[in-house]
Amino acid sequence: MSKVLEVKDLQVSFKTYSGEVHAVRGVSFDLDEGETIAIVGESGCGKSVTSQTLMRLLPSPPSVIKGGEVLFDGKDLTKVSEKEMEKIRGAQIAMIFQDPMTSLNPTLKVGDQITEGLMKHHKMSKSDAKKKAVEMLKKVGIPSPEKRINQYPHQFSGGMRQRAMIAIALACAPKVLIADEPTTALDVTIQAQIIDLMKELQKDIKTSIILITHDLGVVADIAKRVVVMYAGKVVESGTLEEIFYQPKHPYTWGLLASMPRLDQTSDQELLPIPGSPPDLFKPPKGCPFAARCKHAMKICLEEMPEATKVSSTHQVACWLEHDMAPKVEPPAAAVGGE
Amino acid sequence: MNAEQTKTKKQEDIILDVQNLKKHFKVGRQLVQAVDGVTFQVRRGETLGLVGESGCGKSTVGRTLIRLYSATDGKVLFNDKDVHALRGANLKQFHRKMQMIFQDPYASLNPRMKVLDIIAEGIDIHGLSQGEERRNRVIELLETVGLNRSHLERYPHEFSGGQRQRIGIARALAVEPDFIIADEPISALDVSIQAQVVNLMKRLQTERGLTYLFIAHDLSMVKYISDRVGVMYLGNLVELADSNTLYDEPLHPYTEALLSAVPIPDPNVAKTRERIILEGDVPSPINPPSGCRFRTRCPKVKDICSQVVPEWKEIKENHWVACHLYS
Repeated sequence: MSKVLEVKDLQVSFKTYSGEVHAVRGVSFDLDEGETIAIVGESGCGKSVTSQTLMRLLPSPPSVIKGGEVLFDGKDLTKVSEKEMEKIRGAQIAMIFQDPMTSLNPTLKVGDQITEGLMKHHKMSKSDAKKKAVEMLKKVGIPSPEKRINQYPHQFSGGMRQRAMIAIALACAPKVLIADEPTTALDVTIQAQIIDLMKELQKDIKTSIILITHDLGVVADIAKRVVVMYAGKVVESGTLEEIFYQPKHPYTWGLLASMPRLDQTSDQELLPIPGSPPDLFKPPKGCPFAARCKHAMKICLEEMPEATKVSSTHQVACWLEHDMAPKVEPPAAAVGGE
Repeated sequence: MNAEQTKTKKQEDIILDVQNLKKHFKVGRQLVQAVDGVTFQVRRGETLGLVGESGCGKSTVGRTLIRLYSATDGKVLFNDKDVHALRGANLKQFHRKMQMIFQDPYASLNPRMKVLDIIAEGIDIHGLSQGEERRNRVIELLETVGLNRSHLERYPHEFSGGQRQRIGIARALAVEPDFIIADEPISALDVSIQAQVVNLMKRLQTERGLTYLFIAHDLSMVKYISDRVGVMYLGNLVELADSNTLYDEPLHPYTEALLSAVPIPDPNVAKTRERIILEGDVPSPINPPSGCRFRTRCPKVKDICSQVVPEWKEIKENHWVACHLYS
């Protein structure tokens, strides 16, 4: 399968009055045609900054791309001009956001927000674009689309707004769809609807999806591969099964073991990860997780581990993978709980 | 208290008895029926979880119980006393015995007060201690929730979300309550921090014999922390049972759908699981459907559902449900 998007050693910082925040510190991953990858991590781990950098949505200043490449369609997106980016943004890479309340324009009719991209990128006439808009709304499961295109976002419910946003994003049939916490603001029953919709549309439009989320449940449902981020770095990446059944990084163990599962009756206590993530004004010299890691060794505090290959698809950045490191077993709760 | 004792003392063990509680809000000329007749009891020392989607009235129930709102109708008996009839010293005593932990750790602490004064506010109001003793008491509370004396003179903005929630818990504990209403106490926190706070709440419950009403939309977490769980939909309780029973044998179609919609972090389970996807959205509580309020989305709807409101009754021992399928 061919790669649509390749991110290599991406580094992004923010210049603030109190210093430089190193939000993304060398992130690499790639995306195959038609696949879904999930970027998982907690708030502040740099997952949203990464995705917004792909779209070049971050204003500069304060944000600065300190290094790395984003290869898409033979171009390095970190270097292309704003004018060129405008042709890519929305047409070839589209995005849906967490909060459908604030990411739609409240003063524009929903129909106009869909036709905007079509007229600009595909040079469609207004009436053609309108037809397409109706078709898109139908596709995302909004009833009576002919009426709905003339309504404003406030006349839509939360779930309907998210559907409308998906319609806007997919109208131009982009190669890549970035979905930044698309279901976090929604109730579970609506979340299930939206996940199903995204799966269906992906088959239909053959878009590759980058799903940004903190919810491992959603990941298990929709993603093929998983990238786990912590404090601006990728600590582990692999296929869905590798991450869930053979996790290697203590942070991934922590994430899996700190969540109760609905389908398990267990009296075992949750294993929280002690402490909180490091301050990215002054990121630690060594492994960023060392301060919260039960298995931290001396070297962890001093040097960032290199990414080690566990299999052709599975990589982990942890000193425990080193030949000289002691053998450590993941907690039972992290690997299926048996 | 062991299970046997609980059973024999069932009658006097009810700490909170809610009878047909209603809370309607006037919005312009319209009436929002946020809570429309819920009945349940909370036993001393247990955790009762209350789940439902946004707008189902779960938070309104919590806020009405503690008298942040006055009830439109119905009764709340706390230790056999009618909460909404309390006045003067009795009311003050009630406020001491029932405390609340809020969802948003950023909005629920006064940004202009130091941690010491935030936690001691209840101690001052109830005149529980002064001076050095007051300070020591706050230090003790901070240590109980996993913070320490170096945090006393700091302001809320200096803390992370998880730490703020700990401060919120310390504040609630300061007046030695029997009953704590926790309204989405962990929803604003990251997963790794959620487990910290939940474990803390569990530990405090065992140490202090607290009773919790745990309101949340995260079903996995509610099931984990609660002894019994009540499910709400559009202002009504639809089902209430022991938390394992509720998951293993849900009776109400809404509970079934809700449980099946929760994503499970296990790829093999996710692949094979059958899901019930509900159509449409929750109707407006201003003009709720007649009869059973769930009927517009219910996959098992019958004719009677639009005509008659299903009765809230105990179908099996300790398993309550309001649905025509079981009448």
